[in-house]
Amino acid sequence: MTVQPGHDNRELSYAEAIREAMDIALDRDPRVILMGEDIGVYGGAFQVTGDLVDKYGTDRVIDTPISELGGAGVAVGAAMTGLRPIFEFQFSDFAALAMEPIVNQAAKIRYMLGGAVSVPLVMRFPSGSGTGAAAQHSQSLEAWFAHVPGLKVVQPATPHDAKGLLLAALEDPDPVMIFEHKLLYKMKGPVPEGYYTVAIGTSAVRHEGSDLSIVATSMMVHKAIEAARQLAGDGIRAEVIDLRSVRPMDRETVLASVRKTGRLLCVYEGVKTLGVGAEISAMVAESDAFDYLDAPIMRLGGAECPIPYNPEMEKAAVPQVPDILAAARGLAKGTL
Amino acid sequence: MPDPMEATAQNRPYAIRHYTPAQLKEALRKMFVIRKFEEGAEDSYARGLIHGTMHLSIGQEASAVGSCMALDDNDKITSTHRGHGHCVAKGADIRRMFAEFFGKESGYCKGRGGSMHIADVAKGNLGANGIVGGGLPIAVGAALSAKHLATGAVTVCFFGDGANNEGAFHESLNMAAIWKLPVVFVCENNQYGMSTSTERSTAVKRIAERAAAYAMPGVTVDGNDFSSVVEAVDAAVARARAGNGPSLIENVTYRWRGHSRSDRNRYRTKEEIRAWQENDPIKRMAAMLLDHGVLSQDEITAIEAEADRAITEAIALAMDSPAPDIAALLQDTYSRDPA
Repeated sequence: MTVQPGHDNRELSYAEAIREAMDIALDRDPRVILMGEDIGVYGGAFQVTGDLVDKYGTDRVIDTPISELGGAGVAVGAAMTGLRPIFEFQFSDFAALAMEPIVNQAAKIRYMLGGAVSVPLVMRFPSGSGTGAAAQHSQSLEAWFAHVPGLKVVQPATPHDAKGLLLAALEDPDPVMIFEHKLLYKMKGPVPEGYYTVAIGTSAVRHEGSDLSIVATSMMVHKAIEAARQLAGDGIRAEVIDLRSVRPMDRETVLASVRKTGRLLCVYEGVKTLGVGAEISAMVAESDAFDYLDAPIMRLGGAECPIPYNPEMEKAAVPQVPDILAAARGLAKGTL
Repeated sequence: MPDPMEATAQNRPYAIRHYTPAQLKEALRKMFVIRKFEEGAEDSYARGLIHGTMHLSIGQEASAVGSCMALDDNDKITSTHRGHGHCVAKGADIRRMFAEFFGKESGYCKGRGGSMHIADVAKGNLGANGIVGGGLPIAVGAALSAKHLATGAVTVCFFGDGANNEGAFHESLNMAAIWKLPVVFVCENNQYGMSTSTERSTAVKRIAERAAAYAMPGVTVDGNDFSSVVEAVDAAVARARAGNGPSLIENVTYRWRGHSRSDRNRYRTKEEIRAWQENDPIKRMAAMLLDHGVLSQDEITAIEAEADRAITEAIALAMDSPAPDIAALLQDTYSRDPA
């Protein structure tokens, strides 16, 4: 983790860190505007924008009608013509209503126009399960968008990275989609004051080990760290990599870890089949790191069903610490 | 008895009263260039010189040119899959347009976009769009930028009758209205969304009626009459520039050709097509300029001949231009790093 000079172990929540990043961005660049549903006086469905409207006014913190397709399309047009919009989707699931401007417009305009114009658009997506909101408000859809050339897709797992990746996204000339896990909004962690960025496309080793590599995203990073601590008690040294960026993906850090450990477990909340773990697995299988594998690659991902409402079923639909422990122990013993 | 001279003055069309002969001559030139461009594209396709598909706007030239009369390079347009005319109207170089058609590096999109994605950002053309209704929110976004950055720019958003049943149309008009943005929505109602007539697809008789739902002015004009188009769009542009918000204009027109290359014209009659060909916007424009002494027949003939020559030259130049380097396949997917 990059620690900046002047860092004083100040702690902020993940939501506060994102708000601070937007505050800094609004303050330093008059081209930055926020757009989204109920992000003004309401403060955002998850209180991420909070009171920014009081400081910057309704011209720069813009409540949109409930028009995801149109709203995201307006943000695309604004980004093409000189503004730096940060567009908040109320829930990542609502991205389904805006596939057109995201996938057909934002992702492709630069290429289709031969590089004549860029779309420097930042989109934020509260995502993931665990809030009892059921199937239409709990999905992890990052893999959909990571499949589209022209988009960048990141998943910050800590308050530090939530701030640094948002500021990096604003420096990026191309569309960046930030998937924020709703269960992380209240999590606290050290956040340096002032301006800093976390480079898009870099992962972070959160727990060092030599027996197996656990590559995790978003909320699963914390579950993997918890599992790694428990595994240490069994004498299993797990390395936990926080992928942070799904597109582009930090190939070198993952491959180096697998070369060291010879075992790979991918843990992610999105549906397992054709998800982020499939790409990580294929990346390893297609590389020289494959020769270092001492066991088959293993994936833990979301169940092959919509997210259910019942709280116990909801938990069962995504990987939990005991699932990671069981998988890691099996992998480490070569008993799979 | 009214003074015959005074009556004539009153009958002078809006365009004649508000634009100089030089401007009107240039407008006619652009209309001829659009017609000849489309014919040249069609011919090149038939001869197997270009691939893919194309959507020709023959018959809609008055709408394209008339809607851009009040705009300068600072103003923006968004265009459609049937967008060649809009490009020419906004000042594009037909040599680079043909180069794009031929997939060449010197094309507007370096050969990566083709007919459906020609843009000319320097002239304020934010691009054609392959998605019906795709340009509507983008136009509103451009207008949002103009308001925020105080550029004074107005955005003219072209779309067809088909787009008026897309959600993007309704969401865009609503947002433009609530935020009072400087945008003019120009619906080119050529009466068919591919094969489906507006009568079968659209609940209201006139698309301009839909403006009422978004509290903005809506007018329907004869889209083949250059002066009527200019009069309506000029008023809407002035309203937008003054900070009074958006308008919706419906230019009723007709595409002489099919929707695209695959169209067998089974949904309309030869008689209908022939009747609309009689109602040729270029002939009507030329007649108006002749009637009001702006141009002589010889001058009109010369303008048409010059358009022919320019098209022939542009096609030859485009054919001889270098193709893109295949090794640059991934270039421009992202601004900075390779994919």
